[in-house]
Amino acid sequence: MTSDTEPLVKIRGLRFFRGERAIFDGVDIDITRGSITAIMGPSGTGKTTLLKLISGQLRPQGGTIEVNGQNIHQLSRRALYRLRIRMGMLFQSGALLTDVSVFDNVAYPLQEHAHLPPSMIRKLVMLKLEAVGLRGARDLMPSALSGGMARRVALARAIALDPMMIMYDEPFTGQDPISLGVLVQLIRALNDASRLTSIIVSHDVQETTEIADYIYVISDGRVIDHGPPDAMMHSDAPWTGQFMRGLANGPVPFHYPAPGLEQDLLGA
Amino acid sequence: MLEQLARLGRVGISILAHIGRGNILLFHILGGIGDIVVRPRLLIQQLYSVGVLSMLIISVSGTFVGMVLALQGYYTLSQFGAEQSLGVVVAASLVRELGPVVAALLFAGRAGSALTAEIGLMKATEQLSGLEMMAVDPIRRILTPRFLAGVISMPLLAALFSALGIMGGYFVGVGLLGVDDGAFWSQMQSKIDLHEDIYNGVIKSFVFGWICSWIALFQGYDAVPTSEGVSRATTRTVVHSSLAVLGIDFILTALMFGG
Amino acid sequence: MANKRSIEIMVGVFIAVGLVALFFLSMKVSNLSSMAGGEGYPVIARFDNIGSLKVRSPVTMAGVRIGRVSAIDFDLEVYDAVVTMSVDSRYNTIPDDTFAKIFTAGLLGEQYIGLDPGGSEHYLKAGDQIQLTQSALVLEEIIGQFLFSKAEEGSSE
Repeated sequence: MTSDTEPLVKIRGLRFFRGERAIFDGVDIDITRGSITAIMGPSGTGKTTLLKLISGQLRPQGGTIEVNGQNIHQLSRRALYRLRIRMGMLFQSGALLTDVSVFDNVAYPLQEHAHLPPSMIRKLVMLKLEAVGLRGARDLMPSALSGGMARRVALARAIALDPMMIMYDEPFTGQDPISLGVLVQLIRALNDASRLTSIIVSHDVQETTEIADYIYVISDGRVIDHGPPDAMMHSDAPWTGQFMRGLANGPVPFHYPAPGLEQDLLGA
Repeated sequence: MLEQLARLGRVGISILAHIGRGNILLFHILGGIGDIVVRPRLLIQQLYSVGVLSMLIISVSGTFVGMVLALQGYYTLSQFGAEQSLGVVVAASLVRELGPVVAALLFAGRAGSALTAEIGLMKATEQLSGLEMMAVDPIRRILTPRFLAGVISMPLLAALFSALGIMGGYFVGVGLLGVDDGAFWSQMQSKIDLHEDIYNGVIKSFVFGWICSWIALFQGYDAVPTSEGVSRATTRTVVHSSLAVLGIDFILTALMFGG
Repeated sequence: MANKRSIEIMVGVFIAVGLVALFFLSMKVSNLSSMAGGEGYPVIARFDNIGSLKVRSPVTMAGVRIGRVSAIDFDLEVYDAVVTMSVDSRYNTIPDDTFAKIFTAGLLGEQYIGLDPGGSEHYLKAGDQIQLTQSALVLEEIIGQFLFSKAEEGSSE
């Protein structure tokens, strides 16, 4: 039914409103199998919302999202849960369960879904923790972890069930340079080693361009531009240029709309 | 004028939507009871945090309420020369009213607020979404055991409250004020009816446990996922639970003892 | 593991304490114990007027509680009250000419049945009827009689 050349995630005409405000208004995105696709845009453009839409946690007002050939929002609850077993997601905060240890956090999805004997689960957890370099931290509680470590544990948990795709929600935000480097390397390595498809949502241009195969830029509910990282960095389109090169002024003005300064200073 | 009407309408609609979301959540919670039978460990963990951790406050308050009842009751009754009925007064007020109601109010303050804060924080730190992404239903796995623990704990806590209250009343009445020991118990036994008083008290506390746990979980689950939203939700849990307990107590009392 | 175990123990303690409290309320505080001891045998008595006697009112002998009222019926043919008492089976040597009266505990207290033993050598058995009864004193009637007799005294002088 689905060939390998068919995109894994196919978004067509996506419309999503929060109250009166349009978060997405006609968004089309294709995510190629085995690639790392980045979705970029300024804060508040609903990048996290997009991931929630793809994973079926939110329901759009219009348009379709197909994952692996299945329309997410027409699936039964059971089928959606079956599909989610094959999707991993790395939350910005890590979203580790705070009342159980690192080991139990990673073991959790295995205990829930893989009907394996405990000794087997233990081995799998050790392998996953080894992959993120935290096998030694298995008995720590999440509160004892640094932000970067928590994110790596969450990553180990996300890949515990060997998913076909992983969604990263702002993986680079608030990380020191070392853990940033570790994360960038991990994401790339995981993607290449286990033939994953990765979706990264981020506004950190430098790290994202470093590992992404393809970039979509979203603003004001629309896809503004898309293409491979190199092309995007040297894009002539004014908006893309401003965002990718981080200029203070451009099509997105530095000043919030206001009446003239003279008027505000002298008027009253 | 029209603006006023529209505002009234908006308030009404939002209240209805609130109640609707609460009921949907309740059905969803109840749908998870089957899972608990398979994994009783989830329930035991919650019985600990909801029930065991509430025992101390319930025991201490119960004892003191019973002691105060005996003191107050004694002075009123002695004016009619009916000190012998002290046992009845203490036991009837505790078993019928104070046991279930005060225990429920304390439960809302101690366990209910903790439940709301816990669920609200799990929501704020994306743990609930995280579970959902692991294809685990957070309502069934997280909320249902907490709800059941509340419903099971509440009658036990209320019984503990009443029993200790009666012991406290006995201590003050018989020990300090010199009411006859035999009269205290025998009058109590002849007047307190197993069905009418004790069973109805247990039914009340069961209903209160249901209401308090439901409100606490709903407020947590419906909370705005920020620290401010969670703190507001926690306050709302205590206020709504207390009002609901008192209101429903009136209705239940009218139904049980009114006829 | 030790932690899980201690949680289990504490929950066990909690449930046990709660159940003990419920048991205490049922047995010690309510009338269940006096009902459960109800390995009793039924005895019937007929009264013209039972006042405010109720089901579960005590049945006493020489002031000692020996049973309780288990049912109150009304006989439509002779228009009197049929009271069924359940007498504790320990007290199985009550003479069959025993006198049953309805008393009031204190001026306004609850009403109960007091049994005065007769001298017969035959004992009451299950289902027997006490023949000798005295109705409840109804306060209003007594006051009425008192006023009436006062009035008579006054008129005869």
